[in-house]
Amino acid sequence: MPGNRKRSIQLMTCVVIGSFVLNACSSSSKSPDTTADTTVATAASEVTVPSAGTTVAAAVGGNEVGAGIMAPDIAAATAVGKGEGELNLIAWAGYTEAAWVDPFTAATGCKVKVKVGNTSDEMVQLIKTGDYDGVSASGDASLRLIAAGDVAPVNTALIPNYADVYPGLKGKPWNTVNTKSYGVPHGRGANVLMYNTDKVTPAPDSWSVVFDKTSPYKGAITAYDSPIYIADAAVYLMATQPDLKITNPYALDATQFAASVDLLKQQKSNIGEYWSDFTKQQAAFKAGSSVVGTSWQIVANLAKAEGTKVEAVLPKEGATGWSDTWMIAATAKHPNCMYLWMDHIISPVANAAATEYFGEAPSNPKACSKTADKTFCDTFHAGDEDYFSKIWYWTTPIAACLDGRAVACTDYSEWTKAWTEIKG
Amino acid sequence: MLKPLARWLHRRPLAGLVGLLCAPLAWLVVVYLGSLVALLVSSLYSLDSFTFTVVKHVGLQNFRELWHRPVYARVATRTLGVAAAVTLVDLVLAMPIAFYMAKVATPRVRRALGIALILPLWASYLAKAYAWRTFLDPAGGLLRKTLGWSPGFGLSGVVIVLAYLWLPYAILPIYAGLERLPNSLLEASADLGGRAGVTLRAVVFPILLPAVVAATIFTFSLSLGDYITVGIVGGKTQMIGNVISANFGVNNVPLAAAFAVVPMVIMVLYLVGVRRTGALENL
Repeated sequence: MPGNRKRSIQLMTCVVIGSFVLNACSSSSKSPDTTADTTVATAASEVTVPSAGTTVAAAVGGNEVGAGIMAPDIAAATAVGKGEGELNLIAWAGYTEAAWVDPFTAATGCKVKVKVGNTSDEMVQLIKTGDYDGVSASGDASLRLIAAGDVAPVNTALIPNYADVYPGLKGKPWNTVNTKSYGVPHGRGANVLMYNTDKVTPAPDSWSVVFDKTSPYKGAITAYDSPIYIADAAVYLMATQPDLKITNPYALDATQFAASVDLLKQQKSNIGEYWSDFTKQQAAFKAGSSVVGTSWQIVANLAKAEGTKVEAVLPKEGATGWSDTWMIAATAKHPNCMYLWMDHIISPVANAAATEYFGEAPSNPKACSKTADKTFCDTFHAGDEDYFSKIWYWTTPIAACLDGRAVACTDYSEWTKAWTEIKG
Repeated sequence: MLKPLARWLHRRPLAGLVGLLCAPLAWLVVVYLGSLVALLVSSLYSLDSFTFTVVKHVGLQNFRELWHRPVYARVATRTLGVAAAVTLVDLVLAMPIAFYMAKVATPRVRRALGIALILPLWASYLAKAYAWRTFLDPAGGLLRKTLGWSPGFGLSGVVIVLAYLWLPYAILPIYAGLERLPNSLLEASADLGGRAGVTLRAVVFPILLPAVVAATIFTFSLSLGDYITVGIVGGKTQMIGNVISANFGVNNVPLAAAFAVVPMVIMVLYLVGVRRTGALENL
């Protein structure tokens, strides 16, 4: 009998340990790995290799912020050959849908695999694995990638469609360093204020609805779970507390930074949930546990398509936003496919499809005639530099103030530490 | 062909033993201890504040950072509190169930209960946590709809879900411990005039203590390291695991590694403390 008991105990222990291991294994597959594995069997397609003779005025604007950034010397490609048959990308949600990926695969034979990044930090982390050929990097990732040598300069002469891109997007501090271009602009837009039209009345036109201590939506407010969200608080303070003299939400000295952090700490008591996985935010708005908060136009589009009553607005204080650049990894295993992709994604048809799906301004003016909604480019202010001067594109904060002041600014590592503190 | 080898090994039992243990021992030392050493070493490195690449500049700066910023102590305390609460809830629930299974239930019911306990362990952790999200949702969740009240997303939600997830790990060791307790001891205690309370205190509890401690080791250590449940039902709270994961997210591996030392130290202290109860033989 005792022997039997002992055996049963051992058996129990085995079961416990075994299932523990199993659980650990199953939980490791947490992040949604959206693999748009478009299997299109193509006959060896003819790849038109653009002649390197095309002169493209790259990097016209010079680089205002290049100061302080030492980019490792990596050579750009000099020619684009035939596609390698495969392409591994890191992209924002909604940037690589079948509608414009499939034609690319059909034309080039490059099968596209995509890993969706939820935050810029995640993208920086992913590209360091060396498993990817390219990334759709926002400004707060691009400079870090360039400085760390994770991405290579791009020879824009090899990308025929680059000539058409809005001049206002070329040679910008986040895609050009030391007059070398590091990628092609995809599109740009603002982080919008999304709200539940049933629960949030009157319709908000200010970020105060998420930042004010007395917001009636306490407990159902959501915010973006990333240190870069500190800039959203700074944008709000720019409008509401002019005596702080914030001129750029990414160039915060110690006092301005402390004020922004304090605002977010105060906001935390009203927050229901922070989001970084956009599908979770979409679900929270659907369930009603979140009713108002910062979001992306695409989340609003997807939520509306699902029947959730939401609307997205650009509040009067302005907003943070992004200007995204497709960059090629320094260790890209399929550089030809990546060059072909960079040309494809800014071609009028693909650029129109991708930016219209996401809800952002395209980078190629010729895309405006290819959109399904003919007023699309006006709605999203494509090429309207005046409008975009009010949008603060995500940029990596560095110790040298981006607005040119001589004081010390807080750098991104300070921001990440402060973010831990804000969440408490 | 294998025969000469077998003969050779038969004559040298030591060689056989070494050959047998070599692979698992190598696994233990290289993979298991090796990763721990890598963790400890990288906790001494630092991070380039712009490129976010790890710089092999050895020092105690990360631990100093953890010490000087009060937020980390707060997060660690909160995590300890959650782990303790989960352990407590699980013990309170596990004791009667285990007692019923071991001493009262008929063999058929016992088997059915055993299966019912093990069954949820085969479902994905994530599916269970997301299922709880639909239960706890403060706006239109199942609890709100049926009871009119829900703890919502937050610390209490985390404790509830973790207590649910780890309950089998609490019941099974206690059940095993109770099964080992001979009924004759209970009868003897009753024969000598011991009432239920006295029997429980003077007979059952001392024998059961190692099993209870073994159960707490499971629930406590599993809760201490969890971050996925917190991400799903924790609302805006964070625990040690979330801070570690967030720091990995910005490639601050050194700080993450340094913070990972905290739960390790807590667990080592706990294990050293419970070693004398004999619980480790019950694991």
